[in-house]
Amino acid sequence: MGMTMTQKILAAHAGLPSVSAGQLIEADLDLVLGNDITSPVAIHEIDKMNVEGVFDKDKIALVMDHFVPNKDIKSAEHCKCVREFACKNEISNYFDVGEMGIEHALLPEKGLTVAGDVIIGADSHTCTYGALGAFSTGVGSTDMAAGMATGKAWFKVPSAIKFNIVGKPAKFVSGKDVILHIIGMIGVDGALYKSMEFVGEGIKYLSMDDRFTIANMAIEAGGKNGIFPVDDVTRDYMKEHSKRPFTEYEADPDAEYDEEYTIDLSALKSTVSFPHLPENTRTIDEVGDIKIDQVVIGSCTNGRMDDLRTAAEILKGRKVAKGVRVIVIPATQKIYLDAMEEGLLKIFIEAGAIVSTPTCGPCLGGYMGVLAKGERCISTTNRNFVGRMGDVDSEVYLASPAVAAASAVTGKISGPEEVVK
Amino acid sequence: MKAAQGCVFKFGDNVDTDVIIPARYLNSSDPKELATHCMEDIDKDFVKKVHEGDIIVANKNFGCGSSREHAPISIKAAGVSCVIAETFARIFYRNAINIGLPIIECPQAAKEINAGDEIKVDFDSGIITDITTKKEYKGQAFPPFMQKIIDCEGLVNYINQKEK
Repeated sequence: MGMTMTQKILAAHAGLPSVSAGQLIEADLDLVLGNDITSPVAIHEIDKMNVEGVFDKDKIALVMDHFVPNKDIKSAEHCKCVREFACKNEISNYFDVGEMGIEHALLPEKGLTVAGDVIIGADSHTCTYGALGAFSTGVGSTDMAAGMATGKAWFKVPSAIKFNIVGKPAKFVSGKDVILHIIGMIGVDGALYKSMEFVGEGIKYLSMDDRFTIANMAIEAGGKNGIFPVDDVTRDYMKEHSKRPFTEYEADPDAEYDEEYTIDLSALKSTVSFPHLPENTRTIDEVGDIKIDQVVIGSCTNGRMDDLRTAAEILKGRKVAKGVRVIVIPATQKIYLDAMEEGLLKIFIEAGAIVSTPTCGPCLGGYMGVLAKGERCISTTNRNFVGRMGDVDSEVYLASPAVAAASAVTGKISGPEEVVK
Repeated sequence: MKAAQGCVFKFGDNVDTDVIIPARYLNSSDPKELATHCMEDIDKDFVKKVHEGDIIVANKNFGCGSSREHAPISIKAAGVSCVIAETFARIFYRNAINIGLPIIECPQAAKEINAGDEIKVDFDSGIITDITTKKEYKGQAFPPFMQKIIDCEGLVNYINQKEK
């Protein structure tokens, strides 16, 4: 029986000629990732292990991104703990304020993740690197600790769902609309324990940033990973950002899938997830009159250059609606600088938005845009659970940068076509 | 493994890690402190009502969302001895095993057991007994690979034993 793309990568890293769904394997890791929330717990665990140091100081990435620059004393202590661990173990890929970015935007940009890798990260959105043709998945802090100590992790080999992407999307229909549409279709546990494998001729119309957004939210459908085949777009991105050699895998023609879906990009519309689950999707024409208090454009899902360019295209020469707070967060220092050089930051500030240093902050209700009781936010982030961005009686609506920017102008949830005529 | 026995707290579908332990408390990693906010955004009185040994029973996709190990840590530190659900989100599943919080998948038990029932869970056999209704359910016992990790009371001890 043939293997899926994910299964081939796992087999190669387990030293096995083939694997099948349900099999328990131990795989070699190319990268182990942690952030300022999850790493302190992992460091505490690694201290309890009878191990000396880490398996490979060059294959660990520690990114301070959730609560930095530190929002309070406790988060400062967490970062201090990670900083000291990184120093003691000479971790080469430790990223602190000044160098950091939101981890899942930063690592591909730094060339640390390439096609064919097996990557675990103590952050659920670690599945982002599937966009490059890697197997990457989120784990907890104890798995991260074991990974840092041994360079290995155990996995149950997943079965897969195949998404055949066809057609060409309309202007302003982005990767975010693709993945929200899919989550709305299969539900927040529709891909539970499974791989989401994206294939098809329509992929050529999806930019690298679109693919990062789609793979990033595989976890929001319960998926173990999301993965794209490697094409010229991927190769160009990796050659530009990384010196590491990469390995291209593709699924066998006779690979088995639990389910198969066809996604016609030309039929998609801007899509919004209503509170309090990402699966509560409506297309923009079904939204109705939803007034908003805040807009967030950023995060590991949508804080990249494509996202900022789209938002700027809509906000250029326009003003944010009175009474709406708009927070734009470039995901990395490089994106921040590139956006500055392209004049995007000027457009945001002149429109009445604020621009923040890279941080996960508001996405998880940490800081930098926490909501009061009864407030509503339209956000390009990835979760809209109860209390996610603040008070339990606040509401988060998930959407693309185009919809978020258009809504900033009108003060209610709006499609980009309503503003750009 | 020692059987779990306690009173049931019942929850629905898709209980996410943000309601299990809201991110505003993730500036701490102290289990005792995390326990004081366990389930706060879905049942603010949970920590006042829960007793040592009590059991959570929920429907599908329990623990969906973030990878924060703080979620199973807060549940365990609050005194909960076991979580039964129709299904678990995969990262929560790994994390629970890795920190030694017993969890068991059993759709029928998740559906039929009532809040407040006294139940007992035998992990060796996967048998769940509802003492209140006198009904018995067969849950999914852990595969052998994970059984080894649980026998060692978590991944850290398991690795320590292998290294010896």
